[in-house]
Amino acid sequence: MKIHEYQAKDLLKTYGIPIPKGITIKNKEDAIKAWESLNKANLVVKAQIHSGGRGKAGGIRIVNTRKELEEYVSHLLGSTLFTEQTGDEGKPVEYLLIEEAVEFKKELYLGFTVDRSRACISMILSSEGGIEIEKVAASTPEKVVVENIEPLLGLKDFYITRALVSAGIDAKYFRKIALVAKGLYRLFIEKDCSLAEINPLVITANDELLAVDAKINFDDNALFRHPGILSLRDYKQENPLETEAAKYNLNYIKLKGNVGCMVNGAGLAMATMDLIKLVGAEPANFLDVGGGATSNMVKEGLKILVSDKDVKVIFINIFGGILRCDTLANGVVEAARELHIELPIVIRLEGTNVEEGKRILKEAGLKFITALDMGEAAVKVAELLGKKEING
Amino acid sequence: MSILIDKTTKVLVQGITGNEGAFHTRQMKEYGTNIVAGVTPGKGGSVFEGIPVFNTVSEAKRRMEIDATAIFVPPPFAADAILEAAESNIKIIVCLTEGIPTLDMLGVFHYVKSKGSILIGPNTPGIISPNKCKIGVMAGYIHREGPIGIISRSGTLTYEVVYQLSNRGIGQSTCIGIGGDPIVGLKYVDLLKMFEEDEQTELIIMIGEIGGTAEEEAAQYYKISRKKPVVAFIAGVTAPPNRRMGHAGAIISGGKGDAATKIKTLEEAGITVVKNPAEIWQAVMDARQKRL
Repeated sequence: MKIHEYQAKDLLKTYGIPIPKGITIKNKEDAIKAWESLNKANLVVKAQIHSGGRGKAGGIRIVNTRKELEEYVSHLLGSTLFTEQTGDEGKPVEYLLIEEAVEFKKELYLGFTVDRSRACISMILSSEGGIEIEKVAASTPEKVVVENIEPLLGLKDFYITRALVSAGIDAKYFRKIALVAKGLYRLFIEKDCSLAEINPLVITANDELLAVDAKINFDDNALFRHPGILSLRDYKQENPLETEAAKYNLNYIKLKGNVGCMVNGAGLAMATMDLIKLVGAEPANFLDVGGGATSNMVKEGLKILVSDKDVKVIFINIFGGILRCDTLANGVVEAARELHIELPIVIRLEGTNVEEGKRILKEAGLKFITALDMGEAAVKVAELLGKKEING
Repeated sequence: MSILIDKTTKVLVQGITGNEGAFHTRQMKEYGTNIVAGVTPGKGGSVFEGIPVFNTVSEAKRRMEIDATAIFVPPPFAADAILEAAESNIKIIVCLTEGIPTLDMLGVFHYVKSKGSILIGPNTPGIISPNKCKIGVMAGYIHREGPIGIISRSGTLTYEVVYQLSNRGIGQSTCIGIGGDPIVGLKYVDLLKMFEEDEQTELIIMIGEIGGTAEEEAAQYYKISRKKPVVAFIAGVTAPPNRRMGHAGAIISGGKGDAATKIKTLEEAGITVVKNPAEIWQAVMDARQKRL
């Protein structure tokens, strides 16, 4: 789960990490109040969306007069921001963070994430922080220091000291940076983060440290024990169909093509999408109904597929190991009747109770196209699309 | 032969009286798995399907001979269940649970290793040596015994591949799901080594997906070993970058872990990578023909 920058900074503050003075607003009146209570010039206005690349997309600006502030705020609030990471749909701007701009000597990078192959938390530190950190890592890897923390030890002082020395950072800042690192590590552990990074962590003109931007992501599997974090979730930053799917425990991701897919299991779902592409068609989505899908989940899944106007053909590929084929067939038949689905549905069923499942489909008297294996099914999907183009 | 489990393997089920545990215990028993004990705290002394139930793993271990355990414990308690099994010196731990918090698994991974136990999963369909033993949730009837070893990160995609093979008379020695989570116990490399030593296994299929670097590590190893032919498939060629595709593990980050990189690395190591998931059986037949 992702959160906004202002929420991340609030969290940093509770872990003793200094952040710039700022106010989050959601209307113009509050922006003016913020102007009055902050230093009335040299303010940074930052659009709050779940995406990087905001600066380049026009979502961050320094303002020096009240007029400038008002103009920028009216322009930005309620708009949709398109960054290199948002895709074509963009992200709605509902909140702005207004902060006092900071004069700094140096920008550092500090982050924690999980190293999967080593099964540990890694601390990443660089003296060359800022928006180009990924380029720094690629071109001069020696400037990005990684410490792999033994889970049984935790973040001991020696890890931090070693990283600071390797990164070539002036010793007079060691103590202050160590405090920030420990605070961020504690947050990472206590809130079950998957990523916690401060970029940049700046050294100000007065030799103080400030977290100027921060990104914190959480492990979805651990949200059950963090109701406070869960309440920070902003559904408006997520695709509405994806949110709807999540309600029924379905894993749905919207894509650009016109073949609506419903598959059980993430690996088979991805393989099915790959196959669709191989026969010259494009998947409209990823939809994993999971191993334990009920007939109701199948029905809700189909509803989501047909609500996507791009979908021209539906392709259901189910290998029932835990999910039984009769359960699936009942769900499909019910949904097709209830929703009066007119789109062609290609179904490939295999696994537990497959005969019963096929019988249900056959006796339903609806126009389903069945296939023996996924290869044949994909070819039928492509044929249907071809015919459509000729007819239309 | 086969790897890790066979007819003689004595199996414990942790969470035996829960919904999932109960259902799959019956299924495993029906398949012929030798289930000797179950654990559910508070239900010690009872009997489930003729299987004695104990309150704790150590009690079960004291009373019965146990080689392997299947864990069907809900996510908040599953990490603890793995630790309990390792602490009682159970050699093979198969954790089927999906949705364990990642940070819970860090300490678990290292502790299990320090005890010399083997962890399969979590978030795995389990392991099966056809006609001998099944510790997992896969449908037993699609398998048949034979010379192909399968290592996979995905559940239903593995069933798909197994089905393609069995339908054409090609059986399997052992099929194992390594699990879809960011932190899992056994990885491709560990299992490649085991299959290379296994007399029954002639050819190994690796089913991978985008995210992480486990497939790349396997390629590094195979480049040098090359003892038996390996056929691979990587799911997610068409997946958009930076999106989660169901498995917590399937995240593309920083140019590492995307399908193209994985395929290239595997091919350079001498592994046959199949592009069409419906034709994995064909590649296996071709590779075996070449060997004869």
